[in-house]
Amino acid sequence: MPVNEQQRNYVVRTVEERGVRLVRLWFTDVLGVLKSFAISPAELENALEDGMTFDGSSIDGFSRVQESDVLAVPDATTFEVIPWGDGKAAEARVFCDIHNLDGTPFDGDPRQVLRRNLHAARQHGFDFYIAPDIEFFYVAPPEKGQAPKLLDEAGFFDLTTNDVSSNLRKQTLRTLEAMSIPVEYAFHEDAPSQHEIDLRHTDALTMADSVMTFRLIVKEIAAAQGVHATFMPKPLEGVQGSGMHLHLSLFRGDENAFYDPDDAYNLSTVAKQFIAGLLRHAAEITAVTNQTVNSYKRLVPGFEAPVHVSWARNNRSGLIRVPIPKRGNPLATRIEYRSPDAACNPYLAFSVILAAGLRGIEQGYELPPEADSNLFELSDVQLAKLSIEQLPQSLSDALRVMEQSELVADALGDRLFEWFLRNKRREWREYKTHVSAFELDRYLRAL
Amino acid sequence: MEIVAVFPDPAPPELARTLDLSGYRWKAIGSAADATRHEPPEGWAGAVVVADSDPESAWAFCRALRKREPAVEPLIVLVSGAQLADLELRDELFDDFCLTPFHPRELEARLKHLFWRGGTSSKPELVDYGPLTLNLETYQASIGSTPLDLTYMEYELLKFLAQNPGRVFTREILLSRVWGYEYFGGARTVDVHIRRLRAKMGEEHANLIQTVRSVGYRFGQGRWA
Repeated sequence: MPVNEQQRNYVVRTVEERGVRLVRLWFTDVLGVLKSFAISPAELENALEDGMTFDGSSIDGFSRVQESDVLAVPDATTFEVIPWGDGKAAEARVFCDIHNLDGTPFDGDPRQVLRRNLHAARQHGFDFYIAPDIEFFYVAPPEKGQAPKLLDEAGFFDLTTNDVSSNLRKQTLRTLEAMSIPVEYAFHEDAPSQHEIDLRHTDALTMADSVMTFRLIVKEIAAAQGVHATFMPKPLEGVQGSGMHLHLSLFRGDENAFYDPDDAYNLSTVAKQFIAGLLRHAAEITAVTNQTVNSYKRLVPGFEAPVHVSWARNNRSGLIRVPIPKRGNPLATRIEYRSPDAACNPYLAFSVILAAGLRGIEQGYELPPEADSNLFELSDVQLAKLSIEQLPQSLSDALRVMEQSELVADALGDRLFEWFLRNKRREWREYKTHVSAFELDRYLRAL
Repeated sequence: MEIVAVFPDPAPPELARTLDLSGYRWKAIGSAADATRHEPPEGWAGAVVVADSDPESAWAFCRALRKREPAVEPLIVLVSGAQLADLELRDELFDDFCLTPFHPRELEARLKHLFWRGGTSSKPELVDYGPLTLNLETYQASIGSTPLDLTYMEYELLKFLAQNPGRVFTREILLSRVWGYEYFGGARTVDVHIRRLRAKMGEEHANLIQTVRSVGYRFGQGRWA
């Protein structure tokens, strides 16, 4: 039996045996929002074989432009029974790749975009591995116009025994593991009500799927207890925001292509060129890795978020950190890209990060010197002397740099590139016309 | 895997060792009467008969097993080079043979092939090991009475391991046997899936899959570990 057929059989038999009543077909829109439609088991075989037709307008974000039908083709390897919800009427999910009706990959589908970029890496013999550290806040269910209400006042690593949020975290971990998402660490973060869960590395496509599932699970588990979980990058003024640091490595078969035992940093030329690529193109890809107006309120000095385009071994103020692996383990050699936040579209973010790194390798970029001082303490003159630049300061800045980037246009493909810019420019326009509380407080009386 | 009958009792040490290392569950049996007395409820999974020391009793043992309803199969007979002629006209008494002194790897390969062929018969295909059950026909796994919800590759990996309990596999072997050579991911994929399987089996059963340092993984207990 061919492998695909075996996989399809596996799915069909499991649905029968486990009494699954609904199969949810999952895909992701341009903005990274999880979309879903449900089919009954009776339609499953047909869906696995030929895909399901649906209106493509749900995939292009809020500025609707796409109006033709497309096909959702389930990726049977991602089929899982959903471990929450009604035990008697089980549900399952499966991620889909979106195709045009003629069967070719649909270039507006973020998952297909990532597949294409991973394929490009494979042409060089590389597999791209990612392990994210995802931060989020638990708050009371939000009301429009109100500041978020926190669940606890604990600090970093505090033991908040028996409190709601540690129970939530425990339940979340169990559910993640049941959905094939292994967790490395989970702890209470710096800010009150803030939590971090670190996932174990997998290949980038699996990880992008996992991030989508992760966000849903965290929110579902919280909602069941009347709590709201938010991945908003900076929900509270004056405390740390929520990021999604990404630990990245390239493997060539079983060899870590980032590792070189003879180098002072244990970094291979490939790793150095990859870092150099990321640094040189960092500004261009920032609109994708930090895609909301609010993202840029996290990227400010003083809150452990990166502001400057720099790298170092152990300097958490830089954009890229090269962690020193435990016991010099070659397999654990990796770099940590610190700007992204969990509100991004993981498929697109992983795509542009990979493209920037690969460009460094293809063009043999030179790695600039390590910036090991605390960059927040340096003046602009000193920074200029070190030729260290800043990340874009706002969504508008980031979009302007992205628009000029041939690298990002290639990585996303013309259609998605255009959709993304269209969505995000609209978001910026709406923000620009908004008169904020800051302005009213400061100017209404005084001026 | 059910229990294999081994003749004579006690089994030659070299044979016992080979069966253990290959992960078979077996019991030494000295006579046809004992084979009936000690028969497990689900029947004998097969038999290994050593015929080079006491050929007459050995062939009698074979005949008794084959006359039963249903006949015990597969059955492999171990004979010396001088006994090759004894095989003639006894085709119905055995499914395969192996020359003594046997090469452990050869015997292991023959057994594996025989049991693989046996496995394609009409019996419902269940793999049982401790609390774990795999139904190969319905693709369902369970621990005790709790279903284990697995992805396709997790299921395939667990199936492969559980069908070969007690054996140590390198990541490379697992990758080539479970994923196939065309898979382009490297052996880290194996670690990722083992980690997921352990998590899904739960803490108390996670040690069903053991890490054998700097070699790979083993399902269940190894007798010579």
